Amino acid sequence: MDTALQHRASPEPTTAPAPWGRVRRSRHVADRALKIICTLFTVLGAFVLGWILLMLLVEGIGGLSPAVFTETTPGPGSQGGGIANAIVGSLILTVLGIMVATPVGVLAGTYLAEYGKSSKLAEIIRFVNDILLAAPSILIGLFVYMLMVQPMGGYSGWAGGVALAIIAVPVIVRTTEDMLRLVPGSLREAGAALGAPMSTVIIKISWKAARAGMVTGVLLATARIAGETAPLLFTALNNNFWFNPNLMGGVANLPVMIYQFALSPYENWRELAWAGALIITMSILALSVVARLLLRKDKVR
Amino acid sequence: MSTIALNTSSAVGKAAAGNAEAPVRIAVRDLNFYYGDFRSLKDISLDFYDRQVTALIGPSGCGKSTLLRTFNRIYSLYPEQRADGEILLDGQNVLSSSIDVNELRARVGMVFQKPTPFPMTIYDNIAFGIKLYERLPKSELDGRVEEALRKAALWDEAKDKLRQSGMSLSGGQQQRLCIARTIAQKPEVILLDEPTSALDPISTGKIEELIEQLRSEFTIVIVTHNMQQAARISQFTAFMYLGEVVEFGPTTKMFMNPTKKQTQDYITGRFG
Repeated sequence: MDTALQHRASPEPTTAPAPWGRVRRSRHVADRALKIICTLFTVLGAFVLGWILLMLLVEGIGGLSPAVFTETTPGPGSQGGGIANAIVGSLILTVLGIMVATPVGVLAGTYLAEYGKSSKLAEIIRFVNDILLAAPSILIGLFVYMLMVQPMGGYSGWAGGVALAIIAVPVIVRTTEDMLRLVPGSLREAGAALGAPMSTVIIKISWKAARAGMVTGVLLATARIAGETAPLLFTALNNNFWFNPNLMGGVANLPVMIYQFALSPYENWRELAWAGALIITMSILALSVVARLLLRKDKVR
Repeated sequence: MSTIALNTSSAVGKAAAGNAEAPVRIAVRDLNFYYGDFRSLKDISLDFYDRQVTALIGPSGCGKSTLLRTFNRIYSLYPEQRADGEILLDGQNVLSSSIDVNELRARVGMVFQKPTPFPMTIYDNIAFGIKLYERLPKSELDGRVEEALRKAALWDEAKDKLRQSGMSLSGGQQQRLCIARTIAQKPEVILLDEPTSALDPISTGKIEELIEQLRSEFTIVIVTHNMQQAARISQFTAFMYLGEVVEFGPTTKMFMNPTKKQTQDYITGRFG
């Protein structure tokens, strides 16, 4: 009692009494050290990302011109040219892929969240889906090559779309399930309590409640496949001209175009590759921003 | 009607006396309920009278909500839960497999503890339940929505924002929306599972007044943790403990002169 009072009155409040002071000091140091290390590595990560974007801007903006958006890719040795065919081709392949993937992914995610729940089958599907999520995309390209390109007798936009769809499906399955699981069970009970069959509860209530999150998932999957290169190498390949209306034969697209042009010896090709990389990155950035805004708007409501 | 009556005996005086002459609407016979292997209701037998408010009271976990959830078989959403015995609604056993649960739920409406507005407009929240079982022209549907909102005492507050989201309402209004949604289906029985425990006193008062008015049309069963509330709004009270009905009778008698000591102790706050 006396010592405690004395200590309180002592003029040196910074030195804590032993032995607790020693323990506290080492914890304090560990705490600080971890904080500094974490901050350092975060800054490092952000720095690399910033560097990539900066390089892309510096190199890409130089390559941008109206011709980029109006002319097709130039042949070897010819001057000028644009990447209009690759931009449109990429749009078509991405839209095709997402149109195939969305119904499959949304319905499978709905099965997992609403019907399967923790059943054996649902657990297996979840596991397989996670593997598919991490599968090397070149493998998916090879798979679709065997599945479609060989039997159909050549590269096609259809095969490219399917390959991209296979990449997108697990992303959509996962986000759809996660978003539906966030819908409170009480909402489903309330629907069922009005005499609504399960299908009506899912379509009219669960989907509606999870709508923003599900759309976000589809947008993020779109962003993911818009930049995929490997699955297209064996499927849609590339093309220096406008594609066939029936999408048979190679279909020009941005990622493969970037891959081929960036490695070429021609100055104008390399410039176009940079321009293409900038366009694709900005599109993905825009998609991600829209996805985030959608989610935030939903939370406010 | 006083909304915040803290004195139990005076509140009992204000509530209408139980009418034991009213016909039995729901007769529960030898009802057992299981969560997996756990038996949470033990041989319950209880009568619920037509167009009377019956309150289920008892400490947490005594099985009162479980009992309520058997009347519309909402428990059957969860495969590990099951019930056996008989629940006769107008003489028909609702636990029988020949009963269409969705039709049953349209006849036996339910309002939950937390307000559960659907993520749609106020109008659609109410039209949702009606459209499940009736195909009405727009004008008639409008009429039904208005009627339900009026009965739930929400019309004046909601009439100018029928096209706004149901989530934009306050907690108390949301709960009245849920009641409106339930009565719009014209059910025979309304189950209320602690409908005011998430609400402030003013909203609670409004809901209690509403229950008083709805009694003329519907048979009402309400689970409540609030003794005063049971005394204020119910005509009959069942006191449950550990999955059994300890005592059942007219609310006045239950609160003024209970037969069992356990009931007396719970009502006066000595346990639970």
